[in-house]
Amino acid sequence: MSNAFIAFQKNDESRCIVEAILEDNPNAMVDDQPSMVKIDVPNRLVIKRETVEEKIGRSFDLQELQLHLITISGHLDETDDEFTLSWNS
Amino acid sequence: MAIDLRTVSITPLRQTFGHLARRMGADKPASRYIEATMDLQPVENYHYRPTWEPELDIFDTRRTAISMKDWYSLKDPRQYYYGAWTLARGKMQEVAEGDFELVDELGLAAAYPATGKDEALKVFLPLRHVAWASNLNKAYVSSYSYGIAMSQAACYASMDQLGVAQYVSRLGLAFNDLDALAEAKSAWLEGAEWQELRRYVEDLMVEKDWFEVLVAQDFALEGLLYPLIYERFNEKLNGAYSPVFSMLTRFQREWFGETTKWMDSVLKTAAADNPANKAKLVEWIRHWRERAVAALKPVATLAFGDEADAVMEEVVHNLNARAAKAGIAL
Repeated sequence: MSNAFIAFQKNDESRCIVEAILEDNPNAMVDDQPSMVKIDVPNRLVIKRETVEEKIGRSFDLQELQLHLITISGHLDETDDEFTLSWNS
Repeated sequence: MAIDLRTVSITPLRQTFGHLARRMGADKPASRYIEATMDLQPVENYHYRPTWEPELDIFDTRRTAISMKDWYSLKDPRQYYYGAWTLARGKMQEVAEGDFELVDELGLAAAYPATGKDEALKVFLPLRHVAWASNLNKAYVSSYSYGIAMSQAACYASMDQLGVAQYVSRLGLAFNDLDALAEAKSAWLEGAEWQELRRYVEDLMVEKDWFEVLVAQDFALEGLLYPLIYERFNEKLNGAYSPVFSMLTRFQREWFGETTKWMDSVLKTAAADNPANKAKLVEWIRHWRERAVAALKPVATLAFGDEADAVMEEVVHNLNARAAKAGIAL
């Protein structure tokens, strides 16, 4: 099984996104590096708008995460409410 | 010359302040809101009792009947610390100013039908005094509440009400210059429709329990007043005249939508903390809701005529639903 992953620059906003990912993906593994954080989840990684909004304390457009994005791996499925990376296996 | 590039990873010794790490149970980065909120208020080693209330400390949990295991659990879901709050309000103000400018530039206020102006001013403008009272009452909550989580959010809400009072006044000025303000003031002081509402907010100015003031002002009164005026009355004016009234009240509508989240979360957290809190909140909400309905009835009649009862019933129903969502069954 491959990992779907996403990496962000570290800042105040991406920290909230990371918190949301950790809450919604129980199998998430965090690789904390200086100024970058990478999150691996076996097979499928999902970011939910609602959870991010709760963490960040305001309304959030999932496309905003592109501002902090470094890289991703996995097939991307994007809706207004969820940003999902997954492998077909 | 060969240059040897080497990667050195420097890990910070600590991610956040010690008191926050202890609170979170782990040394992990904290948000600016958490850093600017948690445990900032002194809790011990007070040197002097206040001369005006020597039986209590300067910061004292006994100033309200509500008790909390942790006063900092009354967090603001909007995560406003001073910087975030000013930025958010700055943005809202910029948009609202744009609307006022547009209305002014195109002469939309002058073109608003005279009957519409009368109707709007009669119902709406005395509310600048309500906003000012709200400013005072929320400032009281801010000064006497316990824990920065509560006092800072109340302080922002208090300042917001000054802004609201100014926007209400400016709508009056746009519609009928200074005469509008003078008429609204005499209606507030002498008009029979307004006296019950005036008594409501003025009674709150001498209410001692700050949490009760918060519930009465922010939840019971504004929870009914804002939907009544900025939704229902606004719809009525839009239907009959033009959307100018909506444009000039944008700030208040946005403010209420956002502040509701904070208020509901405070109620929910306080009610969930212990059963005594919940009972107290039920008692307060019932009491002040009845008074608020009585106070707003004449204003609703002024605004909606025969439909007033139906409209009031609807906004009360929505308020009850908010309370139920916060875990408070009325």
